[in-house]
Amino acid sequence: MENPTLLRRMMMPHRLIMAAMALAGLVAIIATMQWDWLPAALPRLWQGLQVTLAMLAGSVVTGFMLALPLALFQVMGPSPLRWLSLGFCTVIRGTPLLLQLWLFYFGLGALFAQFPEIRESWAWPYLRQAWPYGFLALTLSFAAYQGEVMRGAFTGVPHGELEAARAVGMSPWLVFRRVWFPRALHRALPTLSGEIILQLKSTPLIATITVTDLYAVTTRIRQTTLLTYEPLLLLVAIYLCLSAILIVGLRWLENRIPTGR
Amino acid sequence: MFQSIDFSLLALTAPGWGGALLNGFLRSIQLAAGGYAVGIIIGILGASAKLYGGLVLRDLAEIYTMVIRAVPELVLMLLFYYVGTDLISRAAQAMGFTGFDIDGLLAGIIVIGLVQGGYATEVIRGAIKAVPHGQIEAAQAFGMSPVTVMRRVTIPAMTPHAMPGMANLWMIATKDTALLAVIGFSELTQVTRQAASATRAYFLFFLSAAALYLLLTLLSNVVLRWYETRARRGMIAAR
Repeated sequence: MENPTLLRRMMMPHRLIMAAMALAGLVAIIATMQWDWLPAALPRLWQGLQVTLAMLAGSVVTGFMLALPLALFQVMGPSPLRWLSLGFCTVIRGTPLLLQLWLFYFGLGALFAQFPEIRESWAWPYLRQAWPYGFLALTLSFAAYQGEVMRGAFTGVPHGELEAARAVGMSPWLVFRRVWFPRALHRALPTLSGEIILQLKSTPLIATITVTDLYAVTTRIRQTTLLTYEPLLLLVAIYLCLSAILIVGLRWLENRIPTGR
Repeated sequence: MFQSIDFSLLALTAPGWGGALLNGFLRSIQLAAGGYAVGIIIGILGASAKLYGGLVLRDLAEIYTMVIRAVPELVLMLLFYYVGTDLISRAAQAMGFTGFDIDGLLAGIIVIGLVQGGYATEVIRGAIKAVPHGQIEAAQAFGMSPVTVMRRVTIPAMTPHAMPGMANLWMIATKDTALLAVIGFSELTQVTRQAASATRAYFLFFLSAAALYLLLTLLSNVVLRWYETRARRGMIAAR
């Protein structure tokens, strides 16, 4: 039902001219710039893309699970837990992610290496690599930002609904599972998709601690081919596509969830 | 195996790194403040283009905000930095200046400003739309020029609506300056990393830098909240 108007909006004369100009620009970029490195680089780019997406998905899922207790403690926890989670969110949200990342990678990495117990344990082969630190920093950051969002969502659920649930004799856990959590999640959904896009845009930071994600692969290509613009332009194009796919997918998901109104 | 923490490393003079850290902090604040100011200017222009501009201008502003919001800041900064410095030095050569060098601070400010501008455009557009249209029409009816209407009516009237979003943007600006460390700017995060790897006192330096950023965030929170209540004076309380 929206398509005809969308099509008509895209067919406005100035948009046609702009699209033609963009197409001409694209053709000029392909024709005049140097792209012969691309076929050989494709497998590495694909691997980098997988690392980026795995980091995004893993940190969003784990971070969200951490965000729930963080939000709940702030809403109804006993005061030491409330202050702890409030402090955690404030510190993580008040300092740059890059700084946290480097603190974990250089600081924790050097600290762990001092203990023979850790060096000989099963975890050392993982702790020697860079990605666990990147994953940790990304997860904690997502948890802090999302915890703040969920806190607002939990407090925003009308009190009467919770009282009604209690009045029909639901146990506290059942109230949470059937009423409080679903209602809060539904309120938080639009912000959640925004946070996921922001998280996608944070992932290239892990390239600075030698994780070979999409950004790191591109940097490597730039160093070996001595090209300034071409790999960067490709990277911008890939991130544009990723964001677009994420936005469309998340909106589709959002629309599938019934509002009950 | 813990050595006791050597706080003398934070001394302000030469063997200690405290002075270097504070210098980096000052530079971070300069970059953030400059970039924020550039971002506000771009934001006002972008919002005007989206609300009052012609068809082409409106679409161009739309494309600008879309790209800024969809591409990672780090990538944008690299792109703007290389493209910007390249274009400027080429233009300078074409005009006959040789050995023209772009000031690092200025380049950083512009790079941050361009990123901030994309978000500021959206915040300010929303804020302007929240201003009752009659107020702007009344100003126009008095014969004010579009610039005067903007300066005397629209901007003061939209400020309270824009404040929450703009306060958020300032926080993002202070944290985005850290990304310039990747390009090689010697701001707080970069200096901290140098100090930490030179002395191997990673926790001491990274935690001190975190404390400085946190201090800036908390202080600006207080100032911004004060300014928001000031900007809201004369408005009926929301609830």
